[in-house]
Amino acid sequence: MKIGIIDCGGANLNSIYYSFKRINIKAFISNSLSELKKMDAFILPGVGSAGIVMNKLKENNLINLIQETTKPTLGICIGMQILFDYSEEDNTDCLGIIKGSVKKIKPNKEIKVPQMGWNRVITSIDDISGYYYFANSYYTDNDEHAIGHSYYGKKFNSIVKKDNFFGCQFHPEKSSDIGEKFIKNFINQI
Amino acid sequence: MLTKRIIPCLDVKNGLVVKGVQFKDHEIVGSILDLAQKYSNEGADELVFYDIGASTYNGIVSKEWVNLIAEVINIPFCVAGGIRTVNDAREILNSGADKISINSPAIERPELIKELADEFGSQCVVIGIDSKTVGDKYFVFSHTGDEKTITNTKLETKNWIDTVQELGAGEIVLNCMNQDGVRNGYDINQLNIMLANCDVPLIASGGAGHEIHFNDVLKKTDSSGALAASVFHKNLININDLKKYLKKELINIRK
Repeated sequence: MKIGIIDCGGANLNSIYYSFKRINIKAFISNSLSELKKMDAFILPGVGSAGIVMNKLKENNLINLIQETTKPTLGICIGMQILFDYSEEDNTDCLGIIKGSVKKIKPNKEIKVPQMGWNRVITSIDDISGYYYFANSYYTDNDEHAIGHSYYGKKFNSIVKKDNFFGCQFHPEKSSDIGEKFIKNFINQI
Repeated sequence: MLTKRIIPCLDVKNGLVVKGVQFKDHEIVGSILDLAQKYSNEGADELVFYDIGASTYNGIVSKEWVNLIAEVINIPFCVAGGIRTVNDAREILNSGADKISINSPAIERPELIKELADEFGSQCVVIGIDSKTVGDKYFVFSHTGDEKTITNTKLETKNWIDTVQELGAGEIVLNCMNQDGVRNGYDINQLNIMLANCDVPLIASGGAGHEIHFNDVLKKTDSSGALAASVFHKNLININDLKKYLKKELINIRK
């Protein structure tokens, strides 16, 4: 089994690569269409901003590959957000795989922005409810395809699933043992 | 809602973890990987590595040990020390750090904060602030890694916190220097003053000596977490025990 970590220009691809290495799964970091086509599943990592990530995908001619793939695909953080139609961040048109838009979290005395730290994810999937690491300033709340949610001031989507597409707002690669369980759960879909 | 973070800070000098009292007289406490692994297993929510020699001697943190940490550790970690340019930051983040923290270089050239936030997103950009009372005001100090180079920048801490937020900082670690290394408790008063105009997460630093100090700072301030070094390195407090105690005190803590 080969996992393609799609290089969207953001930093920190190594963390995701290592999270697969720790569970003995071979992952490849690539932005080449022909190389990625050989993979069995995709990771859309998320560090940077929606605008930068979408531009990188366009530059490398990867938009169609993602939109049309039937292989299991997991978007992490911004990688999840760009599965939606539109993001307020950089006023960006996204992949349009999941309906809805990505909005900015509004700060107040208790709600600091970015949301940074461990938040509880509530999901009906066995064994993967618990505390995960989040680092985000934007969120989605169209829950049509939500299979996990969390609260930060208000309810938001922490896990989405539509057909072969999965998204998580948190960073499973940084979420200790439960994050590893989440990644294994994704692997089991392949 | 977010849990309150317990963050061990590992001061790194020449590739080893060290700790000094009030930034002076550094003593070696152990190897980077051993301590990182130990704290991660005990339930630390995040780790901070400060390369305290770097800013002082114009160096750059070693991306080799950052890579090693990323390979082994599956919780977030932040690296600080000597990061002066977007390229320096990219090396550290590409090696596997989640955040970079800058202190003196941000004071010398505040636009660096904006450059970093534009390039990597605010969530990667932590500003470390060493703050100390002089008279009845709080001032920012720079180059605090060595007593020969420590400087009062004459910047008022409050104003500097405003500035770094405007420029795109995603988090602030406020190190209250009057308390650092002396283990008399966090500087609740200063933290509350600074939190009053802070929209980004702020981490309390400096002064932890007993479990009750963590309870105090997390109950009496809106700090997003508490950072400490020597109490963990000297095994005065075990993170697992600390978290059990804080949970009993009804503080929102990750198991």
